[in-house]
Amino acid sequence: MTSHMSSLSAVNPAPANPMPVLLPFQLGARQRRFPTWRATLLHGCGIVGLGLVIAGTAHAQSGPGQLSAIGVIIKWFPLLMSGFLFNVLISLLSMALGTVAGLGLGLGAISHNTLLRQVAWGITQFFRNAPWLVLLFFAMFMIPFQFTIFGTTIPFPDWVKAVIGFALPVMANMSEIVRGAVKSLPSGQWEAAESLAFSRRQTMWMIILPQCVKRMIPPWMNLYTLVAMATVQASIVGVTEMLTLIAQVHAAEGGRPDLLAPLYGFAMLCFFIYCYPIELWTRRLERRFHLHQ
Amino acid sequence: MDLVAEWFRQLYDTTGINLTIVYDAYDRQRFISGVGMTIYLSVVSILISIVIGAIGAWAQGSPLRAVRAAVNGFVVVFRNTPPLVQIFFFYFGLGQILPRVENEDGMMVQIISNVQWAIISLSLFAGAYNVEIFRSGIEAVPRTTTEAAEALGYTRMGVYRHVLLPLALRICLPALNNNLVNLLKTTTLAYAIAVPEALYVSKQIWNDSQNVPVMMTVLLLLYTGLVGILVFIMHRWERALAIPGYGQGAAK
Repeated sequence: MTSHMSSLSAVNPAPANPMPVLLPFQLGARQRRFPTWRATLLHGCGIVGLGLVIAGTAHAQSGPGQLSAIGVIIKWFPLLMSGFLFNVLISLLSMALGTVAGLGLGLGAISHNTLLRQVAWGITQFFRNAPWLVLLFFAMFMIPFQFTIFGTTIPFPDWVKAVIGFALPVMANMSEIVRGAVKSLPSGQWEAAESLAFSRRQTMWMIILPQCVKRMIPPWMNLYTLVAMATVQASIVGVTEMLTLIAQVHAAEGGRPDLLAPLYGFAMLCFFIYCYPIELWTRRLERRFHLHQ
Repeated sequence: MDLVAEWFRQLYDTTGINLTIVYDAYDRQRFISGVGMTIYLSVVSILISIVIGAIGAWAQGSPLRAVRAAVNGFVVVFRNTPPLVQIFFFYFGLGQILPRVENEDGMMVQIISNVQWAIISLSLFAGAYNVEIFRSGIEAVPRTTTEAAEALGYTRMGVYRHVLLPLALRICLPALNNNLVNLLKTTTLAYAIAVPEALYVSKQIWNDSQNVPVMMTVLLLLYTGLVGILVFIMHRWERALAIPGYGQGAAK
């Protein structure tokens, strides 16, 4: 989605200078590899806004002898952070699993074997169109809690099943990314490789895929932020992660209703701080790759 | 009808495929109301989110820096926080702070019900994406088009309503399509605040009848079907609105 947007927005950049042709060619902006953190008004607004929600509700309603919302968050900070790190771990694992599976599925979807192609296409569409939460339930209920292979029992705790549950939609989206990237390469690449007597497999692995990596990275990072934000859904199916811990912290503090907004606000803040830099970086990469193509 | 029910009862006896939603009147009624709730949530949130997107994109072109910053802040925050936490924040966080009112049964209930909170948070979530989508569409309209409209005496609002938005909408329809499909899938999150939508009632049904695999399959097929219908409608709309001379075969 984002790749589509930025490619559109790059079509018509408003000329700042009426005669840009006369300006010297500049490389500066393109050479930066990593996003520099610029605290613009915009970032300030997001962070300050969330902070205000947290602090405002806290001070308005905390009675005598009670911890303010900020006090509660500071007190439980290590626990909440361990929950958040668990979310990050789940997202990284399911991303890794989903990427590998999706790569295979995507290559299947562009195979010359009709049967393989149609099966891969069907799987991709099915898992892409199903809601993440339903797939999570699917993984939770359909995967047994342990496997026995050659006499050894491999336990499958809930969180491993959640990782698989998140990997399913990642796999389908990754498959589409791979397919889209391969399709977006000029067909001249295939023809040139063929004329140099590369086999189809060699062409794919040595010529096509290396060029696709650059095109796949921005949507892949986009997908990662989606997974990272989806991991909180694991709390619905009983995995103890950040949202579960927030509910427990809330109960431990006596279940005061005024604490809920700051606590959930804090969760939003954590994810914002984690995901927003990734989004900024993605956009920067998109812009850079777009200029080079 | 009885014949159909009888056939499905027999199916259960012979194969173990227990489709209670077909032969059991109570389950059937529950399931249909759940699907209805999912459709209701989707349609209302889609409409509100499109309105939010259009207004937000318009406000992003405002000469006032504060308005632009506010819209950008809204977009950035809602795009980069988990939708489930947003729903919890609204329903548990804000819902608890708001005063309660008495309903017709004499019970104290929240002013805004869980269904309404679900609609609000889903619309804001999808609306934030829509703002970006409409903005990209507006930016893709050639600057000269706006200038021509201004030269013809259109006001800022007039340019936006009669020239920019109609063109931008056509350009950004594929991206919008994607986002609305995503919104339809996100309605399942309303499950977490006990909105009786398709996933919620399905869970009730499989808890009662112990037919998890069957209901799971039904659920996956249901959502595939709903997404299919939405995509079909959007494609029809896309074709009807296509700008002649743009894209592949759009001029047909």
